Amino acid sequence: MIAARHDNHRWRKIKSALASALSLLAAILVIAPLGLVFFYLLQKGAGSVNWAFFTQLPKPVGEIGGGMANAIVGTGELLALASLIGVPIGVLGGVYLAEYGNASSNWWLRFVADILNGVPSITWGVVVYGLIVLTFKSFSAYAGGVALGFMMIPLIMRTTEEVLLLVPNGYREASLALGISRWRTIIHIVMKTASKGIVTGILLALARIAGETAPLLFTAFGNRFWNRNLAEPIAALPLQIFSYAISPYEDWHRQAWAGALVLVVGIFVINVSVRFLTRDRAARVT
Amino acid sequence: MFLSVSSLATAPPGSPNEMSNLTMSAPTPTSQTSALTPAPNDNAVAPAVTAPAFDVRNLSIWYGEKQAIKNISIEIPAKTVTAIIGPSGCGKSTFLRCLNRMHELVPHTRVDGEILFHGENLYRPGSDPAMARRRIGMVFQKSNPFPTMSIEENVLVGLRLNGVRDRHILNERLERSLRMAALWDEVKNDLKKPGMSISGGQQQRLCIARAIAVEPEVLLMDEPCSALDPIATARVEELIRELRTRYTIVIVTHNMQQASRVSDKTAFFYVGELIEFGDTAQIFSSPRERKTEDYITGRFG
Repeated sequence: MIAARHDNHRWRKIKSALASALSLLAAILVIAPLGLVFFYLLQKGAGSVNWAFFTQLPKPVGEIGGGMANAIVGTGELLALASLIGVPIGVLGGVYLAEYGNASSNWWLRFVADILNGVPSITWGVVVYGLIVLTFKSFSAYAGGVALGFMMIPLIMRTTEEVLLLVPNGYREASLALGISRWRTIIHIVMKTASKGIVTGILLALARIAGETAPLLFTAFGNRFWNRNLAEPIAALPLQIFSYAISPYEDWHRQAWAGALVLVVGIFVINVSVRFLTRDRAARVT
Repeated sequence: MFLSVSSLATAPPGSPNEMSNLTMSAPTPTSQTSALTPAPNDNAVAPAVTAPAFDVRNLSIWYGEKQAIKNISIEIPAKTVTAIIGPSGCGKSTFLRCLNRMHELVPHTRVDGEILFHGENLYRPGSDPAMARRRIGMVFQKSNPFPTMSIEENVLVGLRLNGVRDRHILNERLERSLRMAALWDEVKNDLKKPGMSISGGQQQRLCIARAIAVEPEVLLMDEPCSALDPIATARVEELIRELRTRYTIVIVTHNMQQASRVSDKTAFFYVGELIEFGDTAQIFSSPRERKTEDYITGRFG
């Protein structure tokens, strides 16, 4: 009896150790790709990230050197344009879902938002090409911004809804019981309480679309020079990386690596600020 | 404003009215009634005759198919503390929320009957519930100061979001509300600290200060002490007794001792019906209804 129990105990210990080891392995497998991407990019690209990379335009074909200043600024402009569309519509949509909608309209809205979230990004490019590029007969920064903005809407809508639903009902009731109107309650009490969460959702959406290439291929199109007019084609970091990476020139490959590194570091910075924000929020709400 | 907790124990002896209640022979075993008869205090000096604040006529409320309130008629007097007691699920909170239209936040609610607030129909078609709620404030079971706001901002939020900008008025209301909520001396040096940084009992008094800052005529309290410890409860009860000279107070409570301590009038609800309504002293010493007696003596509930 005692021996059997002892065996049992040992077997249980072995099983426990095995389970721990397996989950540790899984955890390592999750982290490994990030480490690989980061170190590979550092190894390949770090040498080419220099002052010229951030300040100069691409050199004409065949000349060594130059940089991606226009693409970096272009990505910034495209993200700003996308935010102009994605943030207000996404946030207001989330407010509708969390505060106003009834059960059946919400079911449909969420269903549509989830499908939109799953739409391949190239599809957005095609749709916006048809809607805007063909209509105005020109590739443009506007078209790129619209394509990215469309992608942001469902992302922001769902995160906004989620963080608004996390605001306890007691706060809404307390505000309404003070004779404060519904919309003021939503803006000044509910959204204020959830503001960090809403900003987090926006940043995550930005990080998600910052590296998108497909929606820009035939909307923003890319540009080897500064964009002087938003109605004209504009450079973007992912586009520039794409065209340099498939080029036959060694120097362009080098710059593509550098561009990829800069893009990843940018997205990494956004994610770290999200971490910072959410940590602070957790500390305040609970 | 400087009443301490100890003053509860040394409350003045009961009025003649109450003494007579005590001498009346209650139909229940004395061992049980003695625990439940109101402790000697000044409660029984109920205002003699006042026009009712609320005149509720044949009120019924449904949540979907379920009827929560069944044909209740009751006159709630002004400048008086009215307690609503009864077992869980008897419709106390539902009834309370009807008095400032908070129940409308629950979808599929249907109301039948009439509530007159100082003679005006509270449910007049087209009237703004926010206007009713400005006159009829509410304090909730769980203290809920707004987490993004300081103590000061919490007290003033109702005024600010209703358009009051004058700094003098705001400052004056801030101090007055906190003094009335017996919180001023504890927080006057920490007004900029988050509303969530003070203790649970202080938070509940902050919520009371926030409710009275907009100068309502009525305070509805939904089990305001159920999340508080006995000392904080005593503090809030003391506050309720002080406030009743200025406000009409309706308090829902699970705690019968609390009802007997703080209220002038008591209504006993049971499964959506109003079983008995009368002076608190009478309800607790010589209830007319068998059900009331069973409930207050602890036979059920």
